[in-house]
Parts: sequence; C-alpha cells; structure tokens
Amino acid sequence: MLDGSIDRRWRARLSLGLLLAPALLWLGALIILPHVDLAVLSFRERIAPRQYRLSLAQYETFFVEPLYWHVFVHTALMSVIATFMTLLLAFPIAWVIAKVARGRAASLLFIVCLIPFWVSETVRTLGWMILLRESGVLPALLVKLHITAEPVELLYRDATVFVGLVYTSLLFMVVPLISSLESLDNSLIEAAYDLGAGGFATLRTIVIPHAAPGITAGCIVVFMLTLGNYLTPTLLGGKNSQWFTEQIYAQFITRFNWEQGAAFGFLLLGLSTAMVVLGLRLSGQRFGDVMRRT
Amino acid sequence: MIPSLPKPLWLRLSTGVYVMGFLGFLFLPLAVVAVFAFNDAPYPAPPWAGFTLDWFLGNASKGRTGLFGDSEVLASVVTSCIVALWVTVLSALLGTANAFLLERGQFRGKKILSVLMLSPLVIPGVILGISILAFASRLADFADDTFGWDLDFLRPGLPLVLLGQFSYIATISTLTISARLRRFDTTLEEAALNLGASRSAAFRTILLPYLRPALLGSSAISFLMSFADFNTTLILVGSDSPLTVMMYGRMREGATPVLNAVSLVLMLASTALALTLLRRRPTDAAP
Repeated sequence: MLDGSIDRRWRARLSLGLLLAPALLWLGALIILPHVDLAVLSFRERIAPRQYRLSLAQYETFFVEPLYWHVFVHTALMSVIATFMTLLLAFPIAWVIAKVARGRAASLLFIVCLIPFWVSETVRTLGWMILLRESGVLPALLVKLHITAEPVELLYRDATVFVGLVYTSLLFMVVPLISSLESLDNSLIEAAYDLGAGGFATLRTIVIPHAAPGITAGCIVVFMLTLGNYLTPTLLGGKNSQWFTEQIYAQFITRFNWEQGAAFGFLLLGLSTAMVVLGLRLSGQRFGDVMRRT
Repeated sequence: MIPSLPKPLWLRLSTGVYVMGFLGFLFLPLAVVAVFAFNDAPYPAPPWAGFTLDWFLGNASKGRTGLFGDSEVLASVVTSCIVALWVTVLSALLGTANAFLLERGQFRGKKILSVLMLSPLVIPGVILGISILAFASRLADFADDTFGWDLDFLRPGLPLVLLGQFSYIATISTLTISARLRRFDTTLEEAALNLGASRSAAFRTILLPYLRPALLGSSAISFLMSFADFNTTLILVGSDSPLTVMMYGRMREGATPVLNAVSLVLMLASTALALTLLRRRPTDAAP
C-alpha cells in the first residue's frame, strides 16, 4: 500500500514536471531572458570596440535629443486619439449586433465584420494606398466630381495614419464590446426608458457602466497594438510619420546601435505597460479577466 | 435603442445608413485591391484600362510577370507556409500542455505563471522581436567565442522568425484550449477510468475528441496570425522573406498589380478557411 501511494505521488510529480517544462522553456527562453538581456543592453555604453560600461547614456540621449522624445509623445498622443476614435466608431456597430439585430441577421453581420480581419494588415494597407495616393482612386474621384482641380496627395498625412490605425484596430474593439453588451439585460434599458430617461441618460447611467469591462479591454488592446504598429505609420504616413517603432527599427536594424534601440524599446514597453495598468486601475479589473475577454 | 422600445423613423434610418457606411468602410480597401488585380495597366491605379488576367498568368513572353510566374512571390508564399505550419504545430502542442497545467495542475506559483503566460499579448511585437534578436545574438556570440561553434540558427533568419511568432501565438492557443478544457465535465473522464480505461485510453477517447474543436480553431487562428505577422517578422527576418515582408518591400517601391493578385488569392483562401471554421462552431470564432 505504502509503495503504491509513493509511486502515485511520484507519478503525479513527474507528470506535473513534464507539463511545466515546456511552459517554463517557452516563457524563460523567449520572454523573460530576452527581456532581461534587453534591459542589460539598454544600461550600457560602448567605450571602445567590444568594451562596454554601465551607464544611463542611452536614456539620457532620449531626453536630451528633442527629436526622440517628440516622436515618443507624438506616438503616444496619436495612439490615445486613435483608440478613442476606434471606440466611437465601434460602439454603435457593437450595439447593433448585440441589441438591435436579431438571430441570423446579428450573427451574419458579426461574421461580415470579422472577414476583413482574416486577411493580413499588409493587404488592407495596400488597399488604402491604392485608394489614397496621388494617382489613386479617391483623388481621381475628387477631380471627376470637380471638388479639386488637380489630384491631391492624401497619403503621408496624420489624418491618413488615423484612418489606417482605426481600420486595423476595429475588430479588437468590436469583439469585447459585443460580449459585454450582450450580457446587458434589456429590461434594465426598458426600465430606464419607462422612468423617463432619455437615450443619452440611459447610455450614461445604464449602458456604459455595464459595458465598462468590455470598453476597457478593447481600449487596452487597441492602444497597445496602435502604439506598437509599424506597417501602417510607415506606409500611410511615409517619412514624416514620426512613429516611435520606426526609431527602434532604425537604431536596431539600420544603424546597428543596439544599446540605443534597447533603451527605446524599454521606453515604449514602459508606456504600453503603464497604460495597461492605468486602464485596469480606472475600471477596477484584473489583468487575466481582461485578456480572456479579447 | 432596442427592438422592444418605440423607435422614431430618423433613428431607424440613421442606424441603417450607419451600418451601410461602416460596412463600406470595412470592405472598400479590400474591394479596390481585388478590382485592380484585373486592371490592364502596369500600376494598380485608375483609370480602368480593361480586363486582363496578366497579373495572374502573365510570363516573360508577354512582358509582364504574373503571380504564377513570379518566383520571388511564390518562394515567399512557400516560406510563409513553412513558418506558419511550424508555429501552428508548436502552439497547439504547447497550448494543450499549458491548458492541462493551468486547469488540472496544483502547484505553488500557478497564479504568477498564468499571468506570465498572458504577458506576450501586451508586449508590442517590435519589442518581442528586438529582445529575441538581441538574446539570440548574445547566445550565438557566446557559443562562437567560447566553443568556436557557429550556431547559424540564432542569427536573423527563419528559425528566429518562427520563435518570435511562436512566443506570442502560443498565448492565444493556450487561452483557447484552456477555455474549452475548463468547461469539460470531469465525470465523463472518471466514468471512463472507473470502467477500466487506462489514463492514456481515457485521454485519447474522451478528452481529445472533446478538445478537437478548440484545437482546430486555435490551429486555424495560429496559422493565419503567423501568416499575417509583420512586426516581429520584420525584425527577425534574414535573407528569405515571408510574404508580408516581401510585400512590404515592394509596396515601398511602388508595386505592380501582382501584389493585388496575390492579395486576392490570400483573401479568398483565408475567407474560405474562416467560413469553414465558423460553420463548424459558431461560438469559437472570435479570436
């Protein structure tokens, strides 16, 4: 009997160990150690070929050189605005799918909204480029409608970058919004209406508080994806797009200044993490619950 | 607002207009990509110059290289498929192991581990890329300096691209498969064990069939995400470019409608994959 129980305990330990090993290997080798290494890299300075010393020089450059922190602030602000724009655009469609449309119509509408996001961002950006560049569809249409005399270049503007960013992010906002709106009991809205509340009052006092977890989840994911986007700002915004990921790419790949690039990477990661934490604090939610929603 | 409340006409009308406008916004870029794949002009731009299949079938004798004659495009598609297959298989395996670990395992530090497993989703892809690039290079340099080993797979190239994509796609498969395992009725498994099934037999005949929809769903999502990944791939790529990186390079130079042709094929393929999946299990569709 005793042998049996020891045996069983051993086997339980063994199977736990076997399940734990791949997870630890994955997190250790691909997430934790690389980030520790990146941190080490960002805190050193090259003084001679293959000779380094501990220093804050990389972070100092960021604050001393106006270009870098301008781009950083620009990226952060644009990401915040793009997140709000995505929320404003996505909320009504989520409402229609969750509350207005019924049965087959609702699920059909949902599937139709999902389809564009099964193709890669590259393809979608190609579409926007064909639409918006000087020789593209929209400028030609504007000339034909006599709105402009000459084709105008619609690419390489902040507004264009917004269009691309909002477009790419929509799905990540719509899905959590739908799931949080679906759980809202219709009778609550009816009660508010019966008690004389108008549309706006109902929205403010009933709908938004109930949908807050979905709104937070969507905003966190969209903000993070926007902040870390590289493709849309470079292709739709061109050389003037001033996106911080471009600075990281330039330091790492073009200039081969990995120390500087690592510091920039950590600054971006810091901002992204700060916003995630802030979002969770403001809505009083836990990280795990939010991520499971998306 | 909701169907049970009276709705003024203007609200119904504006809802209709908004939904139409929204769908237009969603599909406009995809529609122009598709249309200009058939335009008989060297650049994907108006005016419409007639219908042609040159951008699919053209070859050197016609003076235009179509999709099926463009070896660079075809090679990049093959590269993307190979990487995506590896990522899919690895993510499915790790996702399953993680699901059992999180749902069945009892050990100290489980909470921390489960939060850590989610963290790749909130790290921007570019940063995942540079951190893996820097760490792999350090390992490669170390192996070279100390043992004189030339570990090529740790230099920018497909193995690193694969690892970079896997690092966050594994989280998504873990979430999908755990969610399904959590809803499993354990009495079914106990019944099988009581009836004399071995652990492995119970796993094969009860649990695996139960997990199948989640495994298929997360595999499809992993494949598509790997195929579409850009940020991490761009940082870690070596000489063989996957499709997204190749397209990006050409889009910066001003591409021919071959890119439209390849995009159209991608759209059709991924829509077909998505729809078969949705037909199977409507509830597991959302990523």
